[in-house]
Amino acid sequence: MSAIYILWLRELKRYSRSRAQIVASLGQPMLYLLVLGFGLGPVFQRAGNGNYLQFVAPGVIGMSVLFSSIFSGLGLLWDRQFGFLKETLVAPVPRIQIMIGRTLGGSTVAIIQGLLVMAVCVIAGFRPIHFYTVPLAMGFMVLIALLFAALGVAIGSGLQDMQGFQLIMNFLVMPIYFLSGALFPLVGLPRLLAIITSLDPLSYGIDGMRSVLLGKTVFGGFTDLIVLIVVGSILLVFGAYRFSKIEI
Amino acid sequence: MIRVRNLVKTFGSFTAVNDVSFEVEEGEIFAFLGPNGAGKTTTIKMMTTLLKPTSGEIELDGLDPSVRQNEARKRFGIVFQDPSLDGDLTAWENLEVHGVLYHVPHKVRRPRMEELLKLFELWERRNDQVKKFSGGMKRRLEIARGFLHTPRILFLDEPTLGLDPQSRNQLWNHVRKVNEAEKVTVFLTTHYMDEADRVAHRIGVIDHGKLVAQGTPKAIKEQTGTESLEEAFLKLTGSTIRDESADSADAMRQFARMWSGGKR
Ligand SMILES: Nc1ncnc2c1ncn2[C@@H]1O[C@H](COP(=O)(O)OP(=O)(O)OP(=O)(O)O)[C@@H](O)[C@H]1O
Ligand SMILES: [Mg+2]
Repeated sequence: MSAIYILWLRELKRYSRSRAQIVASLGQPMLYLLVLGFGLGPVFQRAGNGNYLQFVAPGVIGMSVLFSSIFSGLGLLWDRQFGFLKETLVAPVPRIQIMIGRTLGGSTVAIIQGLLVMAVCVIAGFRPIHFYTVPLAMGFMVLIALLFAALGVAIGSGLQDMQGFQLIMNFLVMPIYFLSGALFPLVGLPRLLAIITSLDPLSYGIDGMRSVLLGKTVFGGFTDLIVLIVVGSILLVFGAYRFSKIEI
Repeated sequence: MIRVRNLVKTFGSFTAVNDVSFEVEEGEIFAFLGPNGAGKTTTIKMMTTLLKPTSGEIELDGLDPSVRQNEARKRFGIVFQDPSLDGDLTAWENLEVHGVLYHVPHKVRRPRMEELLKLFELWERRNDQVKKFSGGMKRRLEIARGFLHTPRILFLDEPTLGLDPQSRNQLWNHVRKVNEAEKVTVFLTTHYMDEADRVAHRIGVIDHGKLVAQGTPKAIKEQTGTESLEEAFLKLTGSTIRDESADSADAMRQFARMWSGGKR
């Protein structure tokens, strides 16, 4: 247990020491929020979909949780590059504990990021139906964070160096984001797109957050919860398995 | 304490460790010598659960590290050849993480961390982030960390790499101390022959993945009819420099490995 705790603490310390990175990572969600929020707002409103800022805020929160959790999983690549991974891999601690410590640490960081972005959204004018739904939204953030941190570990375990990073960014992370319904409603889509978006786990995370924050949902909040738990558990097991097989 | 039999490791078509067998007794200091690329680090990685052997057997204290990984990991400590510190953490925090991962009890941990940091002259810098350290300071911290817990077997892969003579002296004195006081078995590699001559009870010489000689320093000198271990080493391994340039085929293999997942 203490191994899990110390690795969790390590992730938090690293995070708190990277001030510049924290600010930078708030920039991108803010860009989406402000540019799209105010740029697309009028069109969205005219199409009868309500206030776009309200709609997009959970999507932008989901995005920041997605990015920081998947990158924390992929942080494996950095640790491999700089050598610290070896130090943890030969320690007399079951690898599953090492994996859990890292994943919990990365998820915690992702949730903090999500809350920071939520604060930014509120400042920009976002209003949840009730403020007491915020802890429920946090529950969904936790699920999103764990799911994608585990996915990051599963992928990172198989990569030997950083070269694959850009590819993963372009061909996995960005599609997950754009196809999740973060930026557009998942209703009345062309059939193929509807199928693809329903295969994207982030769709359920963001839909879940909308269901509690806005009272609007496509899949139903309960379905969202079940899908995230099931897919998240599978990815955690898969990630732990891949992590246990790492060779240096 | 360590038994290695017919150990082989291949990377693709390249054989890095080729049918190596040796034994190290409990409480012995064994130096594993060989030119660059001879296969020393690869052998250590297989003994320390970081790589699976292609074939052959390893026993650490009677345990096969590729099967009973967790049990085996409880037996050894290691100072790696390559850096393995977390640069964002301070020196103190790096030791703290290590101490917790290796189950060093809180009460023992703190005084020992202080003692080691003072011994390797890092005490004043204990609260600085490691990325701000000089190369030699990082190296000293890695070594200090290696001594934080007391394992049954200590692997030291070129521990003196980049260290000044004072620190090297300090290190070998400390190695001898834990070896004598705690009966820790030591398996080390180095490119400084005088160090091996002074510290090691027995020596194995590896070249191109094959073990070409083993015995006490004295026996090896006698066997080759030379005065110093350095001469014996050159006689055994030749005097050509080992070229390790990566060609394009290597680069392609690298790429393939990246995408073939854990398998390779
Ligand atoms: N992951 C790998 N993939 C392919 N080849 C490898 C890999 N690791 C090591 N090698 C090769 O195996 C050989 C032995 O490497 P090793 O690191 O064991 O040498 P060494 O004896 O420790 O040398 P040095 O004194 O330079 O540290 C080298 O030719 C190296 O290029
Ligand atoms: Mg080496």
